[in-house]
Amino acid sequence: MNDRAQNHSLGHAFLVLLKRDLLLAVRNRGELANPLLFYFIVATLFPLGVTSDPQTLATMAAGVLWIAALLATLLSLDNLFRSDFDDGSLELIMLSPYPSTVLVLAKVLAHWLVTGLPLLLATPLLAVLMAVPDDARGTLWLTLALGTPVLSLVGAIGVALTVGLRRGGALLSLLILPLYVPVLIFGANAVGASAAGLPVTGQLYMLSAFLILALSLAPLATAAALRISID
Amino acid sequence: MNQPILTEATEPMLAATGLACFRGDRLLFENLDLGVAAGQALQVRGPNGCGKTTLLRILCCLTTPEEGTISWYGRTVGSRDPDYLRDLRYVGHADGVKLALTPRENLRVAMALDTRVEEAALESALADVALEDFMDVPCQTLSAGQRRRVGLARLVLGGPRLWLLDEPFTSLDAAGGDIVRGLIEGHLQRGGCAVLTSHQPIRIDAARSTSIDLAT
Repeated sequence: MNDRAQNHSLGHAFLVLLKRDLLLAVRNRGELANPLLFYFIVATLFPLGVTSDPQTLATMAAGVLWIAALLATLLSLDNLFRSDFDDGSLELIMLSPYPSTVLVLAKVLAHWLVTGLPLLLATPLLAVLMAVPDDARGTLWLTLALGTPVLSLVGAIGVALTVGLRRGGALLSLLILPLYVPVLIFGANAVGASAAGLPVTGQLYMLSAFLILALSLAPLATAAALRISID
Repeated sequence: MNQPILTEATEPMLAATGLACFRGDRLLFENLDLGVAAGQALQVRGPNGCGKTTLLRILCCLTTPEEGTISWYGRTVGSRDPDYLRDLRYVGHADGVKLALTPRENLRVAMALDTRVEEAALESALADVALEDFMDVPCQTLSAGQRRRVGLARLVLGGPRLWLLDEPFTSLDAAGGDIVRGLIEGHLQRGGCAVLTSHQPIRIDAARSTSIDLAT
């Protein structure tokens, strides 16, 4: 097989795997809604539990929304490889002659499309609820748009490491949450700065750098971790 | 098609030398040598827990052996060697069938991971395992034996030369067992080779099958 034909088939494998995961998500609609509902509920607990005063809410809104998005992602991560591990599909993926990094990327992309993207779409509504200042809403959305793919990519490493364990859930949080800290800091900080009328290009560049770093290295680490998990 | 069998029969297609494997602290086997020639099936026997599945997983590079090497056509296979992986098909205990998908969708995904196959080929493969009437119903409505057949349908597509089958006859009825036996015999006749584990006698032509007992 020449190189072009092989690249073509690799692209085909990527698309078929992506389509499969999206199809599975649509067929298990109940699970699809969980992270989004979680995001909504956590965000609405704050006005109820802390204060409904718009000024106080506005100061903590960015942090609250970011943490809610982060926890919602964490909640959905276990599904990423668990069912494939249980029913043997993961072995098929790892036995594919194509690079497992690319196949892993297809799965992570599917995960982001069914969890990260809905969170992103719900954010403008929650931003109003949390009284995020008008100027900062665009920034909040942009930081989440850059940040949620990083959450999925980095999370995949943790899931790949813990998928072989029966009760990997708690361990997964301990492994992954510290790695989410830089994204959280720059994401929430950018929104605060933007509300104060300060430039935020620095933070956005930093988040873009995180995204590129995660995009290039996380699939490698995930594929290696999966190989260890199924050994 | 039959020509290569005569010339290559003496030379093993798949050979493993000095394999050793531990599970935890327990030694499963060591100094294990095996060879399978074209047109031959090797049955791996032994009691539960003696390492049959592990041996199969070693042969398909899912598990790394403590010691030993595997060679394919005389060439030592590295870890995750794409050319070797393209030549083999592994059907494990879990058959990699997604219950929410139909047999056709399952097979399409499983094949896309390996090579490109036409839609018509998918249908004929499912017909080969007698699932032509169940192609488009979700696998969760199928019986265990039918799901097993969905997993086994992968064997006939894309022309892999080495089949690694872990208990291919589990949950199959008599007719299903005959289908699988027929598939294996056809594969051997075409000059392919197979390694399989099974508790039952596999009833394949004695000239074409050898066996190895891990307990001894």
